[in-house]
Amino acid sequence: MRALPRPARMVLPSLKLPELIQEIRGAKTQAQEREVIQKECAHIRAAFREGDAPQRHRQLAKLLYVHMLGYPAHFGQMECLKLIASPRFTDKRVGYLGAMLLLDERQDAHLLITNSIKNDLSQGTQPVQGLALCTLSTMGSAEMCRDLANEVERLLLRPSPYIRKKAVLAAVHMIRKVPELSDIFLPPCTQLLRERHHGILIGTITLITELCERSPAALPHFRQVVPQLVQILRILVMSGYSAEHSVAGISDPFLQVKILRLLRILGRNHEESSEAMNDMLAQVATNTDTSRNAGNAVLYETVLTIVDIPSASGLRVLAVNILGRFLLNSDKNIRYVALTSLLQLVQSDHSAVQRHRPTVVECLKDPDASLSRRALELSLALVNSSNIRSMTQELQGFLESCPADLRADCASGILLAAERFAPTKRWHIDTIMQVLTTAGAHVRDDAVANLTQLIGGAEELHAYSVCQLYNALAADISQQPLVQVAAWCIGEYGDLLLSGSCEEAEPLQVQEEEVLTLLEKVLQSHLSLPATRGYALTALMKLSTRIQGDNNRIRQIVSIYGSCLDIELQQRAVEYNALFRKYDHMRPAILEKMPLVEHGGPQDDEAGEGKEEPWNPNRESQSPTKTPTANLLDLLDLLNGASGDAQPPPALDLTPGGSLLHLLDLPSTTPSLAPIPGLKVFDREGLQINLSFVRPPEIPALLLITATASNTSKSDVTHFVCQAAVPKSFQLQLQIPSGDTVPAQGGPPITQVLRVLNPNKAPLRMRLKLTYNHFGQSVQEIFEVKDFPPDTWQ
Amino acid sequence: MIQAILVFNNHGKPRLVRFYQRFPEEIQQQIVRETFHLVLKRDDNICNFLEGGSLIGGSDYKLIYRHYATLYFVFCVDSSESELGILDLIQVFVETLDKCFENVCELDLIFHMDKVHYILQEVVMGGMVLETNMNEIVAQIEAQNKLEKSEGGLSAAPARAVSAVKNINLPEIPRNINIGDINIKVPNLSQFV
Repeated sequence: MRALPRPARMVLPSLKLPELIQEIRGAKTQAQEREVIQKECAHIRAAFREGDAPQRHRQLAKLLYVHMLGYPAHFGQMECLKLIASPRFTDKRVGYLGAMLLLDERQDAHLLITNSIKNDLSQGTQPVQGLALCTLSTMGSAEMCRDLANEVERLLLRPSPYIRKKAVLAAVHMIRKVPELSDIFLPPCTQLLRERHHGILIGTITLITELCERSPAALPHFRQVVPQLVQILRILVMSGYSAEHSVAGISDPFLQVKILRLLRILGRNHEESSEAMNDMLAQVATNTDTSRNAGNAVLYETVLTIVDIPSASGLRVLAVNILGRFLLNSDKNIRYVALTSLLQLVQSDHSAVQRHRPTVVECLKDPDASLSRRALELSLALVNSSNIRSMTQELQGFLESCPADLRADCASGILLAAERFAPTKRWHIDTIMQVLTTAGAHVRDDAVANLTQLIGGAEELHAYSVCQLYNALAADISQQPLVQVAAWCIGEYGDLLLSGSCEEAEPLQVQEEEVLTLLEKVLQSHLSLPATRGYALTALMKLSTRIQGDNNRIRQIVSIYGSCLDIELQQRAVEYNALFRKYDHMRPAILEKMPLVEHGGPQDDEAGEGKEEPWNPNRESQSPTKTPTANLLDLLDLLNGASGDAQPPPALDLTPGGSLLHLLDLPSTTPSLAPIPGLKVFDREGLQINLSFVRPPEIPALLLITATASNTSKSDVTHFVCQAAVPKSFQLQLQIPSGDTVPAQGGPPITQVLRVLNPNKAPLRMRLKLTYNHFGQSVQEIFEVKDFPPDTWQ
Repeated sequence: MIQAILVFNNHGKPRLVRFYQRFPEEIQQQIVRETFHLVLKRDDNICNFLEGGSLIGGSDYKLIYRHYATLYFVFCVDSSESELGILDLIQVFVETLDKCFENVCELDLIFHMDKVHYILQEVVMGGMVLETNMNEIVAQIEAQNKLEKSEGGLSAAPARAVSAVKNINLPEIPRNINIGDINIKVPNLSQFV
């Protein structure tokens, strides 16, 4: 007999799966592994082309293995189809697995297995039907589900519990893909609930849960089965030890948890259902053995259900207390879930949660990052006016040692809480200072502005603040926000610092030279941001009027920086230089102490301070909304090319000396109001701008306009900037707005004062430009205001 | 719903990868790597819950994991699953593997990846919990294995020989030798028939 020549391709032997795995494990490098696998894949491809039926399943098994390691396996997809179509169980098993791992609904090939699945579902043996159902519920697309819905429905009625439980779960998947199929699968549910087989029950409860979550219309239908569910739960809880379903002594905790979750959905906002389950919930809550995780899982689910449905208040308190007990559990997992739920409860059951505050604070110290994060959120939510001091202390301690990603949240949380509940101003200032020292790099941008405003407003604490800040600055000049605030304070209140008059803390003896050296150090340090150096330079300038000695050193520094490369710094230095030379007589007036920056409400009385309001170039460095000169010039162009007269806030216009003197004569006090009707100038999507007017009687040409921006819409208005321009004959000065955010639903409005000088008593016209973010979009509006009441300009 | 079930060893080598939502292959591998790095950072005495990585689906998903000797079992779930319940589910799965493989160790998962998939299919189907009764699961698996063997015919001969060797009462060679930090795996001798 002539031996048939073997085709050349088949000469190289192909590996069996275990051998392949051994070889892959033997490979010492990634490249070696790749080589082995590529060689084998070539074999597999060849074998597939040959169409060798008996070995096909082995080849596919190998392919699935290398697929798990991350190598391409798409050429095996058609082989899956062939294997599924084979009559042998061995082939089908691997084929279906391959389909689940390799096929997906984005490829057309997947539809080809629909027919095989259909056949297997209707005629296959039990294991085969199981495989088909499993595949359908893993990768079944919408078309497949529609085609096979009837088959699955029929299987729900088969005698074998194995098939029924799989069919029920497959139905859940099908409903997710094709919601209309709910109509088919809803009716059998009630019947299925009477089953005793736990697998079927779990599947049925999952199905009912899915139906209820998908469509509220199903809820009334299923509320009728609440008694049945309660009964099943009762049997589980009351039954003795059942070896079959017991996990750590609890009867089928998985089923109990599922039932409790479903009861939660059915009882939500429904008094009647809640009442039906109240007793059972109380029973589970008190009788469950919590020594092991299984019991805790059930108890936890019970607690969640109790707080989510309208339950008796006694039951709610019980639930919160159980959560509190969980917090003391040594098992970290239990503490984690407890913290999560308490966070959800803190709004609705605040006082109950407050009782557990000490434990929550303890959790802050936990080395586990997941736990401390939750504890931080919860702690911040629990801060109120009575516990602010102790809580802040704990949180400050946490801030020092917390992981980096939590720092920003912690810092801003402390600052917010301090703002809301600060018992005294001094405490507030101390707290902010401490936060800035510990985590200065992580605070929000407006922290600096807030602190300066706070200090400025607390006149009795000026000396104290400046001493503390000086000490902090002397110790460390790297924390930028702190340095900025310190520089500002030293500039403003340098005289208090130098006189050493501080009642609240130890008296500090500071020499002028030391202060100047420190500020110079900040100015020169490479750690300082450009903004910080601006603060330092301005502070030095202000000190020139506050110190007793001569100004030579300051003059020197200022003239050096006149040629600095940083444009901002250079501009300031040049201006200050000019102030030293040509305008030295004005210097004291210009560098006087600043009045209180308005924050929130309209002008409050500054009469007590009795200071002059200079045209202070420093003001803009504090403003959180810096109006660039360029934009305003655009605005002016709109008013027929006028330029230069409407004074843009940032630039110190030194050349027209006359106008400067003009403004220097103006008092800052709020005189008695002559009532002039206000004017609404803007109203869009809930954001309104209203203008109110005041004509101080001492200065006939002056008009004080207060622009108030309020928000009645559902979305916050942020980054709000208002700019104004007036015709040539007027002079306009915009003061710093109270903020740049108007919270939704009637939150505190932004106010801004505009001072208009109208020496010619010309009719007032004004153009306003607004830019802000609202409803997630940035908006820019430019409009003219013409109809000012005559009293405003006559 | 369970998004994915991943099993990998202490070096990040995947031993079982099962996704219940479709991701392209490269993303799947990336998820495995990312999960491994997240889980590796965790000490042994902190909680078993991790907020999920960025790839696998955002804020609603959590990683719940357990560490058994050299293997990490990671279940990625959404908020509809009970976290503590999943911990128990992982335990059920591992105990089932133990029953099916007789003192399961990492080598069993390596060399019988397909069998592990079949066992998993009896516990979790389509991302949902199917059956938690270990006896039922093991009974099903044994029935299916018998079916496969009976179909074997000629090709089943090696399999029969293998099972014969397995039943020989070899002297007590433990599969897993644990001495302090050292973990020595004794290979499955029946492979070398």
